[in-house]
Amino acid sequence: MPRRVAIISTGQTKHRAKRRDVNVRELITEAVTRALEEADIRMKDIDAVVIGNMEPFEGFLFPELWAVEGWGGYLKPSVKFNTGGTVGTTTAIAAYYYVASGIYDVVLAIGFEKQSEGHTQTAITTVGDPIWERAIMAGAVGNFAVMASTYIHDSGVTEEQAAKVAVKARRNACNNEYAHLQMPDITVEDVLKSRMLAYPVKLLDMCPQSDGACAVVFAEESRAKQLAPRPAWIKAVATAHEQQYMGDSPKRLAAMRSQVAASRRAYAYAGITNPRKELDVAEIYEVASFAELAMYENLGFCERGEGGKLIDAGVTEMTGELPVNPSGGVLSTNPIGATALIRVAEAALQVMGKAGKRQIDGVRTALATGYGGNAWTDVMILSRDL
Amino acid sequence: MEGTMTKVSIVGVAQTRFEERIASLAINELVYMVVRELLHKTGVSMKEIRSIVTASQDAWDGRTISGMTINEVVGGYLNAEAKVAADGLQALLYGAARIMSGEYTLTLVVAHCKESEGTPHAITNLMFDPFTQRHLGLDDVTAAALQARRYMRLRGLAAEDIAAVAVKNHRHAKKNPFAQRAGDFTITDVLNSPILADPIHELEAAPQSDGACALLLASESKARTVTDHPVFIIGMGNATDAYWTDRELGEAKALRQAASRAYRMAGIEYPAHEIDVAEISARYAYEELMAMEALGLSEAPQDMLARGDCEIGGRLPINPSGGPLCGNPVTVSGLVRVVEAYLQLTDQAGEHQVHGAQTALAHGAGGICGQNQSVVILRRE
Amino acid sequence: MTKKDDETQRVQYLLDIEYHYAAGELATRFFTELKEAGRIMGMRCSGCHRVYLPPRPVCGICYKELKDWVPLSDEGIIVGCTVVHLPFIDPMTGEQRPVPYGFAIIRLDGASTSIYHFVDETDEKKLRVGQRVKAVFREPRTGSLHHDIKYFRLVGK
Repeated sequence: MPRRVAIISTGQTKHRAKRRDVNVRELITEAVTRALEEADIRMKDIDAVVIGNMEPFEGFLFPELWAVEGWGGYLKPSVKFNTGGTVGTTTAIAAYYYVASGIYDVVLAIGFEKQSEGHTQTAITTVGDPIWERAIMAGAVGNFAVMASTYIHDSGVTEEQAAKVAVKARRNACNNEYAHLQMPDITVEDVLKSRMLAYPVKLLDMCPQSDGACAVVFAEESRAKQLAPRPAWIKAVATAHEQQYMGDSPKRLAAMRSQVAASRRAYAYAGITNPRKELDVAEIYEVASFAELAMYENLGFCERGEGGKLIDAGVTEMTGELPVNPSGGVLSTNPIGATALIRVAEAALQVMGKAGKRQIDGVRTALATGYGGNAWTDVMILSRDL
Repeated sequence: MEGTMTKVSIVGVAQTRFEERIASLAINELVYMVVRELLHKTGVSMKEIRSIVTASQDAWDGRTISGMTINEVVGGYLNAEAKVAADGLQALLYGAARIMSGEYTLTLVVAHCKESEGTPHAITNLMFDPFTQRHLGLDDVTAAALQARRYMRLRGLAAEDIAAVAVKNHRHAKKNPFAQRAGDFTITDVLNSPILADPIHELEAAPQSDGACALLLASESKARTVTDHPVFIIGMGNATDAYWTDRELGEAKALRQAASRAYRMAGIEYPAHEIDVAEISARYAYEELMAMEALGLSEAPQDMLARGDCEIGGRLPINPSGGPLCGNPVTVSGLVRVVEAYLQLTDQAGEHQVHGAQTALAHGAGGICGQNQSVVILRRE
Repeated sequence: MTKKDDETQRVQYLLDIEYHYAAGELATRFFTELKEAGRIMGMRCSGCHRVYLPPRPVCGICYKELKDWVPLSDEGIIVGCTVVHLPFIDPMTGEQRPVPYGFAIIRLDGASTSIYHFVDETDEKKLRVGQRVKAVFREPRTGSLHHDIKYFRLVGK
């Protein structure tokens, strides 16, 4: 049996389109300092550091090693991951295994991205396979638009229902002091009338590009109990990837095989049979408004084709049966290398009862997901109960 | 460290031949070759493998999320693959952690790089501080040259002391069928080879290489069902140093730290006596001497080398494979050291076999002048 | 702790790295067929009988090595589609691609997987999932998926 592992603290930067007041190193420090202060520990209490980042967005090789002083890594074990959008959850899952294995007792996980410093479109274009895909790519927006069209065709979900997701995210973000896009007055109409990027995806249906960092401290059982009044225990982690090329996945988002597989594996591990009832909150990597609706179905929050009805019924609103992304989600904040780790941090905050104005009452069990690569999925389930 | 931890063993390895340019194969084809061979050798079916850790670099592959290229051939479909953007030995360390957690019984570890597809100078320039260093045209070799000079001065080493490392390694490589560059060079030959960046000569630097390697990790109980000769990972250590211009370049402090962690875990007190063979990621000849010192294998490695102690058949053979100087795809470097150490401990090293080796050390490094250092200790039963 | 959001100095760095990707044995065979015979080839898995486009060393689902090449139709159906209005840099030319343009994921008849490509239609009301399309080739062919197939055009109703 793995050792029990918990999240004991988190720290985030103020996420913004351009954090021109800091460099990458200072950006990381901002998040790490908050996480250490939250747990009232110092770098000497950290045994090892795992770091996630997508360095093509900054135009770097080993940016984390350049920035080492920013995260206190001197003479500490450390490792860098890069798996695309999922990298934040890849990093969280690695931190979990490093502690669960008994190798380290306290591990700091970091995700960071300063997207404003590089050329985002170029970095996203080069995600495409150079032989087969790159010349006929249309960026993240084109890709999501194509996926959304398949999902609309299969489920009958409407642009209005997707717009409700976009509204929910930006309104929830107003309760999150770290969120990038906070739009208290946004309406469904605003989303529908926003600039068409690639039909049916409009500007306000998409996530922004952000500068930001996130840090999360993982600890084994005795340290966790010692350092946190109410740790967020990790009940399950799971990863599932897709096949090789963008067009390999039948129906793409609408039947996302990796998300179905990873979530079912994690639910089974955590003993969850009815996720909508047994999860109290979810922080999912939704990336575009339509994607969130498809993900409700993939994650088993509702039946196939019912994603639109779930948002109509308000089930995933702050006051609903299963609030999704009280933080404002990726639609409000997206520093790629940190984005998935922010999902984990926000889920942990909810379990620890430290989510401030975005706190959902009585959270015992929370879900966090990562999305990236070629429709890859990571899942982590957190609980108040050991 | 808890006593109840699952023991991790290596149950099989595979590597491609390293070549300056493998133009006929795409990256996924190259990686498929080693994975197929590994599965064939171990008799393990891909269906049994649920956990995969890979190592590659986006900048070298010219692709954002380089792991996507090999996702399918490493068995990533619906499985738990993760990519370290670090030296290949880091992939092994994480793979071992997954098994030690008890959640997985098998983990496939793979590293690849085709240096020939990119532009090494421009790619390694991306490691340097963008505000004060990149515009100087620094790359991996020029930084190494500065470190070499510093180390030579601190230890009073002559050019010949460094060249002797290259002489030994190229001679060893003649016995390694996977080596890219080998030969009976003399110290004069080495010092007469073109200067890349003073004091580093061509034969003292790893050549441009394409290649891949893979190995399979298993829990002890699973290992027993796969092989009669599992090799156990008994020590692991890693440490990160300060940025290259923020430290004493002539000392490998992080490597000392990584080694002491690995030795402590392995219960090794006198590495120079307890290690039977070492595979060191010395991409430049001087690094081998620096590493031997930091690993506690010798206080005066140049003398040990001069005595012939580091030869195959010597007291403590270093890089019997020829090491990185004889072929070294970046990122594969540290992992193929483990592959070689495994071959030694299972008596499969052929002509470069070190007889009677019981305990082996493998070393990997990443970043400018070895900023991140990894050490593993392996032992046969 | 957050500093004031005032701008600090920035340093420009122009990233210019040349790559020469090896397309590999399978792609070379595919592109040769495309160039010389105008034929789009897939690979069939002997285990699950899926037919893959692009070709690849191994079936990701069965992990069986792929060996059998099969010709695919130059017609297929739209699995997903969009009309792109967001200006986008064409990675092959470095120039901005003229907008709007039709873009779709297309499953060719005989294939189990799909490819992305352009569609000669910019009216989103005419572009629908399930519609049939046919490849329009560009002559002379050079052995490249994005060049030799200029785009797909809608066929039938």
